[in-house]
Amino acid sequence: MDNRYGKAGSDQGEWAVEAHGLIKNFGSNRAVDGVDLKVRTGSIYGVLGPNGAGKTTTIRMLATLLRPDGGSARIFGHDVVKESQIVRQLIGVTGQYASVDESLSATENLIIFSRLLGLTRSEARRKASDLLEEFGLTEAASRPLKKFSGGMRRRLDLAASLIAQPPLIFLDEPTTGLDPRTRAQMWDTIHRLVNTGSTVLLTTQYLDEADQLADRIAVIDRGRVVAEGTADELKSSVGSSSLHLRVQDTQDIQEARHIVEQVLQVRSNVSAEAGRITAPMAEADLVTDLLIALRSGGIHLAEISVQKPTLDEVFLTITGEGIQETDSQVSGQSHVTEEVGV
Amino acid sequence: MSSTSIKPASQRHLKNHTSIGQTIRNSLTMAYRGLLRIKRTPEQLFDVTFQPIIFTLMFTYIFGGAISGNVINYLPVIIPGILVQTVITTSIVTGVQLREDMDKGVFDRFKSLPIARIAPLAGALLADTIRYTIATVLTLTMGYIMGYQPGGGLGYVALAGVLVIVCSWAISWIFAFFGVIARTASSVQGISMIVLFPLTFLSNAFVPVDTMPGWLQWFVNINPISHLVTAVRDLANHGTVGTDLTISLIGVAVIVAVFAPLTVRAYMRRT
Repeated sequence: MDNRYGKAGSDQGEWAVEAHGLIKNFGSNRAVDGVDLKVRTGSIYGVLGPNGAGKTTTIRMLATLLRPDGGSARIFGHDVVKESQIVRQLIGVTGQYASVDESLSATENLIIFSRLLGLTRSEARRKASDLLEEFGLTEAASRPLKKFSGGMRRRLDLAASLIAQPPLIFLDEPTTGLDPRTRAQMWDTIHRLVNTGSTVLLTTQYLDEADQLADRIAVIDRGRVVAEGTADELKSSVGSSSLHLRVQDTQDIQEARHIVEQVLQVRSNVSAEAGRITAPMAEADLVTDLLIALRSGGIHLAEISVQKPTLDEVFLTITGEGIQETDSQVSGQSHVTEEVGV
Repeated sequence: MSSTSIKPASQRHLKNHTSIGQTIRNSLTMAYRGLLRIKRTPEQLFDVTFQPIIFTLMFTYIFGGAISGNVINYLPVIIPGILVQTVITTSIVTGVQLREDMDKGVFDRFKSLPIARIAPLAGALLADTIRYTIATVLTLTMGYIMGYQPGGGLGYVALAGVLVIVCSWAISWIFAFFGVIARTASSVQGISMIVLFPLTFLSNAFVPVDTMPGWLQWFVNINPISHLVTAVRDLANHGTVGTDLTISLIGVAVIVAVFAPLTVRAYMRRT
């Protein structure tokens, strides 16, 4: 038995997570609709998506907390359903809502989790104090958790996930609701984790977080992976940098657009009421020609800017497509797009 | 972060089952958690402290004269009866608290740990035997104060107490099952009261069975609570062991054999 598992592990050593067509229904609602994921060992993988996209449900299935209704998933080559107890020996899970015991102190929490993981009483006590030290919680060690701040609770939660030093750690929205400083500390911790050889799979709704942390990103919307790649790949899939022009007199806008399209040889977007033209900028040199052409055309510009695509744009471009059925959401999305553009 | 690097998955020694030894160790750790929780919030012992005192006083003085002519003669009847009724009623709280506990995030962590699946439940139920012990000791103490002189002597009274605690632990698996399948804690309380109220009152716990109508006597005589009450009376009042004790212990085994797997199964299916 052990041999077989060992072999399976080394064969699949490259992939920490392999999920194929994961499906989960809650009643008639399909929360996860055929998710495929591949996470390379030793990397940080970000699952990005809006609220209710199926991120948490996906993680819960990978972490053996939920049984998939369809598809399969393997953690280091071990099936999450058939070999769930093995998978549990390889993972640490930090939930969206702190999965620690509110009625106990930080030390008591860590000691109980350590004991459950098979440490002796003295090992458990040492481990608890080591982890509290590492996560800067020593002072608050014996205080009841009810008096902990959100950030302290998250740190304790993460500390609890690291007791067994699992090679794969799931972090479900690790920084939601944290202030910027605590958030940066959490990012630091995650980076350090990966440096010790861990693989991290995290979910987030923050694009900059995925951008900062993740080696690869999967964008999930309505239970499906709608895009996958490195942050740069995702950004370039939306296009190169874009040029934003605002004309002084909105009467000129059609003419200005004509010139832009002629000189840059691309298609542009116009927002008439704002007097703004947005066009992809493949060659920065051409902008000089464009400005000269505009001046000789007698068109005065109020503003000019160049913008690199942000993950926000990626996100909205990708997820915006699928949301056309519901009108309210479309208008919500386009409103955001406009703000991003400005 | 510790500087030691993490052992890769392929180099770990892994197994897909939990041994009996690990199951017991995990359950005991979870029981320790239950005890810590009681220590942190002692107010949850309110019911097991006051219910035995109030009920024992009330029932003895209200029914004593009517049923046995006077309070002293009623004590050997009522003390075992009220002991069983009080302690078993306390086990409802186990189900309610388990339901509340399971709604907390920490149960997600328990589920994601490589521990025996039964441990979080078994541990909680085991820790609650401390509640039954408190209720047992207080009820018997109240009896002594009111003048109860059990004929079986202290040793047999203690044995009777242990019997009641073991039975309540077994019955708490039923309420734990309700706790796992119910949507809210208050519904657990509701269902459990509806089940337990008729069972404890339609028994020989408070009044002699021969005063009841025939059809009711039939039910009272097959009611497992009646057998338990009789077994406790035999032990405490006479120091004897009869068939009722055997029946009670068989009942314990059956309840645990049926409801422990059912509860764990339901617990595993919960999301």
